[in-house]
Amino acid sequence: MSDPQNQLPHCPAALAAALRVMPLAPLSLSLTAFSRRIARNHPALFQRLGAYGRTEFVLDPVDLPIVVCLNPNDGRPRIKLTRRKAQGAARISGPLAALIGLVHGAFDGDALFFSRDLVIEGDTGAALALRNAIDDAELDLAQEAETLSGPLARPVHHLIAIAEHQTGLCLTRPEDATIW
Amino acid sequence: MVMEIVCPAGTPAALRAAVKAGAHTVYCGFNDETNARNFPGLNFDRAEMRTGVDFAHQHGAKVLVAINTFPRAGDEAIWHRAIHDAEACGADAVILADPGLLDHAARHHPGLRRHLSVQAAAANADVINFYAETFGVKRVVLPRVLSVPEIAAINAETEVETEVFVFGGLCVMAEGRCSLSSYATGLSPNMNGVCSPASHVDYSEHQGVLDARLGGYLIHRVDKDEPAPYPTLCKGCFSAGEKTGHLFEDPVSLNAERLIPQLQKSGVTALKIEGRQRSKSYVAQVVRNFRTAVDALDAGRPLPEGMLARLSEGQAMTTGAYKKTWR
Amino acid sequence: MELTIGPNQFFWPAETWSSFYDDLTHAPVDRIVLGELVCSKRLPFYQDRIPDAVSALIEAGKDVALTSLALVTLKRERKLTAALAEMGVTVEINDLTALAYIPEGQTFYVGPLVNVYNEGTLRWLASRGARRVCLPPELPLASVAALAKAASDLGVAVEVWGHGRLPLAISGRCYHARMHGRSKDNCQFACEDDPDGLDVMTRDGKPFMAMNGVQTLSDSYACTDHQIELLRAAGVSSLRLSPQSQGFIPLCDLYRQRIDQSLAESDLAQQIRTLNPDIRLSDGFLTGSCGADWSGPQDRGTPNR
Repeated sequence: MSDPQNQLPHCPAALAAALRVMPLAPLSLSLTAFSRRIARNHPALFQRLGAYGRTEFVLDPVDLPIVVCLNPNDGRPRIKLTRRKAQGAARISGPLAALIGLVHGAFDGDALFFSRDLVIEGDTGAALALRNAIDDAELDLAQEAETLSGPLARPVHHLIAIAEHQTGLCLTRPEDATIW
Repeated sequence: MVMEIVCPAGTPAALRAAVKAGAHTVYCGFNDETNARNFPGLNFDRAEMRTGVDFAHQHGAKVLVAINTFPRAGDEAIWHRAIHDAEACGADAVILADPGLLDHAARHHPGLRRHLSVQAAAANADVINFYAETFGVKRVVLPRVLSVPEIAAINAETEVETEVFVFGGLCVMAEGRCSLSSYATGLSPNMNGVCSPASHVDYSEHQGVLDARLGGYLIHRVDKDEPAPYPTLCKGCFSAGEKTGHLFEDPVSLNAERLIPQLQKSGVTALKIEGRQRSKSYVAQVVRNFRTAVDALDAGRPLPEGMLARLSEGQAMTTGAYKKTWR
Repeated sequence: MELTIGPNQFFWPAETWSSFYDDLTHAPVDRIVLGELVCSKRLPFYQDRIPDAVSALIEAGKDVALTSLALVTLKRERKLTAALAEMGVTVEINDLTALAYIPEGQTFYVGPLVNVYNEGTLRWLASRGARRVCLPPELPLASVAALAKAASDLGVAVEVWGHGRLPLAISGRCYHARMHGRSKDNCQFACEDDPDGLDVMTRDGKPFMAMNGVQTLSDSYACTDHQIELLRAAGVSSLRLSPQSQGFIPLCDLYRQRIDQSLAESDLAQQIRTLNPDIRLSDGFLTGSCGADWSGPQDRGTPNR
């Protein structure tokens, strides 16, 4: 495993720029569809949330001009992107690379938190449940995205394409051998 | 004989990661109040436990099921069922703390190996032998209040295997004997399997100064560039008399990797890593490190230098009570 | 309902210790548990006074028991604990280690620092000879009721922590010594400066805990004024009052009056505050949402929560 605290990559400026102008409504719809696909493929993820299955989470990539509002909605998740201030029961903020690296199990959430790369506000129990559930799910966002098709797929593919042209972001699951 | 590495697994993914990283043994718990890491989003349902045990066994590793809270009066059946199900899932042993539960397990599940949890705080050879004679306990997890010479003295006086913590969170109080958490939040390790629970944590940041509260009590206040500590009660910053500081324990975590050779000489059977609440990435990294160390020791090679500092709380380490000056 | 006086948790000068137990011979209490609970290093200072105190209390008609240490680790402590079983006085075990030395069939008491959380443990202890159990202070009323019911079938008397700073934790480390920059082995008995424990505050000035050598107590004093009827109805036969350095005999009188119904609910708490205006009370373990809660009216001494 690399040393995340010292070398968390910055989010590519191109992605930030794109998100400053891209219409967010279709992207929200696409991400909702994307998250429902994940929910179908990984039902245990949402079961693990237990009592937090309907909690409003705000995920704030601090290097992007948007925040992600996620409601797991008991296994039929809803995602909404917004450029405004968003309210939720629990808020997790940090560089996009940290947030995505967490999803992929490349970084240790507690270590990122102790080092203040990640900041948790609001319901700490909910944030912890989400972290634990995601850690168990062994997601691969890029692979999940590839299987996405239809008109809603295009904005997600577009985002990934922008990001993949840059280096540093942990968009695919590292193979077990390279995690450690 | 290579010392046994006993690793935490809060999720099935962490169990697989630990086994693949070289854990000899993994410990885990059911997703309810029967285990002392009853955290949101963690632990195993019955099917996951069965699959996890199978996976571990296929890879030559053992699984211990921690049922180490103290059953609630009137609801003991929940804990009895956990023992029954652990045996049915093929667990290699259960880790218990409550005398009533040990008595139940000895009577009704005599073929299931019993380990004494650190929550029982068995801190001397006499009480350890008493647990062995009375309940057939085969291994004891020693409380984190003992020095290395004391551990050696215990091993000289008992046939019971000893397991000691070598890495991770550090309890400064005798485990299973602490109700600080329920005093401040209503939830305790003994009754609910949680200490300083996240549900009662509140972080607030103002101009870079971060306040961490638990149950309304201010536990930490740190400046912009300092690490963010979790508000674990006994590691908070408090005032007493003229003094202000970490009166009970600094926000450090335990790392006894350099003491492994001494612990082996003291007759310790197994080295335990704390952290069922930590991610699989953490577990894998720590396991790999400790496995390398015990293999090196066994082969007579020098121990590799530690690489684990960043995974710890507040990013500082201690050898805890193993060195007597800690007291 | 009876009153039991728990072992003194603090380190007092030997003279103070002796006069405290002298006074108790006249107090309206039924039972006294004495001896060293917290730190074996304190014992030599008053050990030779224990036999006289025990005799005087027995002569005064009190039931007397000797406590074990709360955490037994050193060889010296194991010997001390083994010797307890041969003193000819009932032993109150506060660490299961003591049980290893009590021959099967010899009866004993169980103190609040042994984890008796459920009927199974209670049954097992009763089968070993337990005749009286003071339940762990953190138990809620529902557990107390369930255990008292089971205990009556087993012929075991149940006691509850009635008054005093709550013993919340015990450690291998001495916090008094640590605070003074000393090691435990060279503590110079720093805990003697604080006959009721040293107040520990949060950084924003809220009283929280109290330090007593290797022990950590609550800042608040547990008080069962508002639960006495509930406890009696649940089958609890005795309340435990924990020694404090000031006004303890008047405190025993107040609890006696409250139990005998010559003092009304709420008046007990009010009288306790008259004895000590700065005291903060709690009863949250029994009926609140957390241990520090207090079900009576707030008072200037009570921190805002």
